[in-house]
Amino acid sequence: MIDFFNELFAPDKVDEAWMIIQNQFPTAIWETVYVTILSTLFAVIIGLPLGVLLVTGEKNGILPIPSWLMQTLNVIINLLRSVPFLILMIMVFPLTRAIVGTVVGTEATVVPLVIAAFPFVARLTESSLREVNPNLIEMAQSMGASPVQIIIKVMIPESVPSLLSNATIAITTVLGYSAMSGILGGGGLGKIAINYGYYRYKDLIMIAAVILLIVLVQLFQTVGTRLAVRSDKRLK
Amino acid sequence: MIKIEKLSKTFHTADGSVEALKNVSLDIADGDIFGIIGMSGAGKSTLVRCINLLERPDEGSVTIDGVDLGSLSKKQLREVRRKVTMIFQGFHLLMQRNCLKNVCFPLELAGYSRADAQKRAKELLETVGLSDKANAYPSQLSGGQQQRVAIARALATDPKVLLCDEATSALDPNTTNSILELIQEINQKTGITVIVITHQMSVVEKVCRHVAILDGGEVAEQGDVTEVFSHPHSEAAKRLVYPESDAPDVSDVSGRLLRVVFNGAQAANEPIIARMASERGIAASIVYASTKSIGGKAYGQMILGLPDNENVITAAIGYLSETKGIIVEEVTGID
Ligand SMILES: Nc1ncnc2c1ncn2[C@@H]1O[C@H](COP(=O)(O)OP(=O)(O)OP(=O)(O)O)[C@@H](O)[C@H]1O
Ligand SMILES: [Mg+2]
Repeated sequence: MIDFFNELFAPDKVDEAWMIIQNQFPTAIWETVYVTILSTLFAVIIGLPLGVLLVTGEKNGILPIPSWLMQTLNVIINLLRSVPFLILMIMVFPLTRAIVGTVVGTEATVVPLVIAAFPFVARLTESSLREVNPNLIEMAQSMGASPVQIIIKVMIPESVPSLLSNATIAITTVLGYSAMSGILGGGGLGKIAINYGYYRYKDLIMIAAVILLIVLVQLFQTVGTRLAVRSDKRLK
Repeated sequence: MIKIEKLSKTFHTADGSVEALKNVSLDIADGDIFGIIGMSGAGKSTLVRCINLLERPDEGSVTIDGVDLGSLSKKQLREVRRKVTMIFQGFHLLMQRNCLKNVCFPLELAGYSRADAQKRAKELLETVGLSDKANAYPSQLSGGQQQRVAIARALATDPKVLLCDEATSALDPNTTNSILELIQEINQKTGITVIVITHQMSVVEKVCRHVAILDGGEVAEQGDVTEVFSHPHSEAAKRLVYPESDAPDVSDVSGRLLRVVFNGAQAANEPIIARMASERGIAASIVYASTKSIGGKAYGQMILGLPDNENVITAAIGYLSETKGIIVEEVTGID
């Protein structure tokens, strides 16, 4: 055990690691944060309306859609949700190439990340909206609200705290995926952990990268939870 | 004028079907405060939800000011709902909006500008006595205050009809009274027609002019409140006026029993039994009493226990019968 630590923290290794950390980590952190936020944003843009549709489009929802369409939606979402991320990433390489022009690098991972995350966001949105008290929807109907008004003025605003805490879950999940993408050409902290730690046996670098990933998750989680709690007017 | 004609509604569920409304017909005059009372499950909520067509009746029609709601398009129906608004037992305020914005809600739906909506909302909060709570959130208010905000919200679009579904059932008696007084006041000021759904006699007695008793989805009896409550004909009405659970147990009372029926006696709050004791020296024990004051007159009945003495009984009957609106008879038990 002591030998292990002596070896791990041997002065030359520490110096080398510190060099690499100084040179590469700032960019890597930035890439990870940027890809995570950008991908989550796109995933929300696609997933949120889809989640709304999953609730309102039901047979006895406020804006029913044909049941075959509903079923198709559900099947697509379930399919995408059940493919492991790395496999999904490979499967969408053609699409990634068509959109970004390449399949490696930071930007390129945004495509598979969005495709993996939007069905997840749709499901999270769905569960948030289902928490809205149905009596409020009936109240809005009794005041002459149209379905669109109910969505915009009742369902979404009333579930903001829940949507925010679910967005936090989504963003931390995307962060995890983005780190994983390092193994298939993605950039950021994941790439560094894999390149140095896995391919070149530089354990210290890998550990540092992993610790930074943990810190990032903590950060997102703390900020997200705080925003969710603060936004909730039921508690005060 | 609201005309409800031959309304029927059956719910089909996994455990079979429930006939929630059976051939219900009611006429409700403009400006009236109309009570619909019945036991739990009688179909009250279903009926009130049919009035603004939140629930589609299977048969029958609801006509408001000559317009058959069933014939309207979705858009037209939404317009009508701005004029037939509703308050609820659970208040149903938007929890993420403050009071002012809650009152603004129907105005936003109707397309008011933000400034106009807020101006009107402030006036309404004043009407319900909550101007100081404009920026408070519903979770910071008491139940009574929340219901006041809900009333302000319901009045925002200047409705002609206010539907109240058990609006005071979640409130304590004092708060109930203040809410009922507010509703009465608004009715007097604006001439709005109010339909009050409740399972509480006291609510109907306090505010309603007319009442319909709903029982098992059918109208058992309807008419003037004083009339229906003083001379209940139907079983359902009798059950409400003399609740079964209050039925007296006289099996262990020694002596003799008198039934005193108050039928509009002016003696609403007069301690007539105490007076009899002091003026005639007749000590009667009250075995059972269920009397109500409606419009300052007493209705209901009392069972008195008296000593087994013919003279005392005759004197008591004589004394009590002198008061107008009181009928006295000797009974051996209670039916
Ligand atoms: N959406 C529904 N689906 C199935 N059954 C229903 C539905 N709504 C009401 N019912 C049934 O219809 C009957 C009347 O219900 P309703 O809610 O109108 O009663 P209520 O008089 O308002 O009772 P309460 O005083 O408890 O509110 C009940 O037997 C109820 O179970
Ligand atoms: Mg009800």
